[in-house]
Amino acid sequence: MHRGLTIAVSKGRIFKEALPLLAEAGVVLRDDPERSRKLILDTGEPDVKLVIIRATDVPTYVEYGAADLGIAGKDVLMEHGGGGLYEPLDLGISRCRLMVASRPDADLALPRLRVATKYVRSARRHFADRGQQVELIKLYGSMELAPLVGLADCIVDLVDTGNTLKANGLVPRVPIADISSRLVVNKASLKIKHRRILEFMSRLEAAVAGRADDARRAGTD
Amino acid sequence: MSGTEHWLLPEGIEELLPPRAARLERLRRRLLDMFQGWGYELVIPPMIEFLDSLLTGSGHDLALQTFKLIDPASGRLLGIRADMTPQAARIDAHALQREGVVRLCYLGTVVRTQADGLGGTRSPMQLGAELFGHGGTESDLEIIDLMLETLRLIGVEQVHLDLGHVGIYRALAAEAALEPVAETEFFGLLQRKALPEIRQWLAATSLPATVRQRLGALAELHGGPEVLERARSLLAGAPAAVAEALDALAGVAAAVQQCWPDIPIHFDLGELRGYAYQTGIVFAAFVPGTGREIARGGRYDSIGQIFGRARPATGFSTDLRTLIALVPDHDGGERRRRILAPAGSDPSLRARIRALREAGHVVVQALGGGGDPPHDALLEAGPDGWRLRDLD
Repeated sequence: MHRGLTIAVSKGRIFKEALPLLAEAGVVLRDDPERSRKLILDTGEPDVKLVIIRATDVPTYVEYGAADLGIAGKDVLMEHGGGGLYEPLDLGISRCRLMVASRPDADLALPRLRVATKYVRSARRHFADRGQQVELIKLYGSMELAPLVGLADCIVDLVDTGNTLKANGLVPRVPIADISSRLVVNKASLKIKHRRILEFMSRLEAAVAGRADDARRAGTD
Repeated sequence: MSGTEHWLLPEGIEELLPPRAARLERLRRRLLDMFQGWGYELVIPPMIEFLDSLLTGSGHDLALQTFKLIDPASGRLLGIRADMTPQAARIDAHALQREGVVRLCYLGTVVRTQADGLGGTRSPMQLGAELFGHGGTESDLEIIDLMLETLRLIGVEQVHLDLGHVGIYRALAAEAALEPVAETEFFGLLQRKALPEIRQWLAATSLPATVRQRLGALAELHGGPEVLERARSLLAGAPAAVAEALDALAGVAAAVQQCWPDIPIHFDLGELRGYAYQTGIVFAAFVPGTGREIARGGRYDSIGQIFGRARPATGFSTDLRTLIALVPDHDGGERRRRILAPAGSDPSLRARIRALREAGHVVVQALGGGGDPPHDALLEAGPDGWRLRDLD
């Protein structure tokens, strides 16, 4: 990372939705991520590299300077916590909501409510802010299953269309936070490569603003 | 722990082995000599102190970072030092009580409950210098100069300097008269330069538009020298302390640039490292390839108050272990001649060995049975007494 820029991007949906934005900001992939087995992908600019990693690893890579920049969901950043990196730009992609969900008849005011979630930190904070003591159960996937089999009274999870909840007889109950993807920046990189990074950021910001304008126009049609 | 893991060290606690330990020790001596040459007097504060004095004037972060134990003798809470700066401030304010400028330096291991950053050490070897009793930019400059000189002496290359001034944020926060909870919240957002949240947060307050605009600007006032000019226009109309801080910053930056023309200077007015006790110019050194600062410092004018004597103060500190890891070991260690001598207590042999050692050579007496260390020369009995024979 000494000279160029390394950008860490979360695998999956965020990567797919970030690619067009990155392209508008001048970072075009040369390798086909579908075919290539390379972990470090080349771009149109020789000294700009992309690494595609697990969403939860993005803040770690960026905080420790293994990547200068990263694209990660706000959900992941909230879980990562701390002030170890900068998050100056909302990319407005991969929007969803972090929510409490449960079976329609579940009582959320139970003492020692059992909450199954991947987002332990955010869930703890949410319930602590409301003065509620809860039992957190850390799960790594298929949260919707937990209330169905009696493992938990409710779940804290990302909700996009709500179809998965519906299919499993769950309903969204309390919104916790609006989630979208953010650009994160390593602290040392911003200081050492500030010209380069600020320039990239302003191109990316323009691309994001362009999107927002398009969306508004589409909305008024 | 299973019976086979007696060798395991706690997380983030490390030891230095040969030859790195010797290398660090050589560096330690050179650095302390250099500090002495700048007029900084060495202090060796205790490893353990009463927690109250150890945490004086520092923030919540240092309290979390400090290991605590109960002193059976006094029944009071003790802390193992996690930072030596407050110790130096206590020494200046209370133990020395000198008038005028006092320059102190220190080097020692501190212990922290949590590793900060990659490499994850919980026992940094803290090296630092503090200057008490002078409030002007001359002392800010001297301390920055000394930090850069320290990095140069160690051989750290491609150093970048980050400059800020916490007085700017303090003045703007005071102008906005934020409640403590709100201030903490905003401070957190500013530390992350989380612009989308900052805009939302400010929009939700009932502050006057100009105050909001100035607070919001802090998150974007970072970059090259042009930042100062931008700050002057964006923060125009702010309390007078802001303009004074910008003048001080510009003055120090110009002087540093003159002393160190090759070192790029970055300005960041939203950088509030050590905000709990810092009061003026703050700075940090960065190098490419390391995700966080390698040395940092700044002004902290009121820390001595609790010891009965508020004195202007500025200083810097760094972790020697971090720095030594950044520099290739090109000095290869001191190349001293290694001599293997026979065993025995013969007075003439002992006298010769002592003379050789005093002349700076390494002399090891063979113990017999093999396993002698590598050597360049042998001390042998000759017709006219002991003589040295060089090996190829």
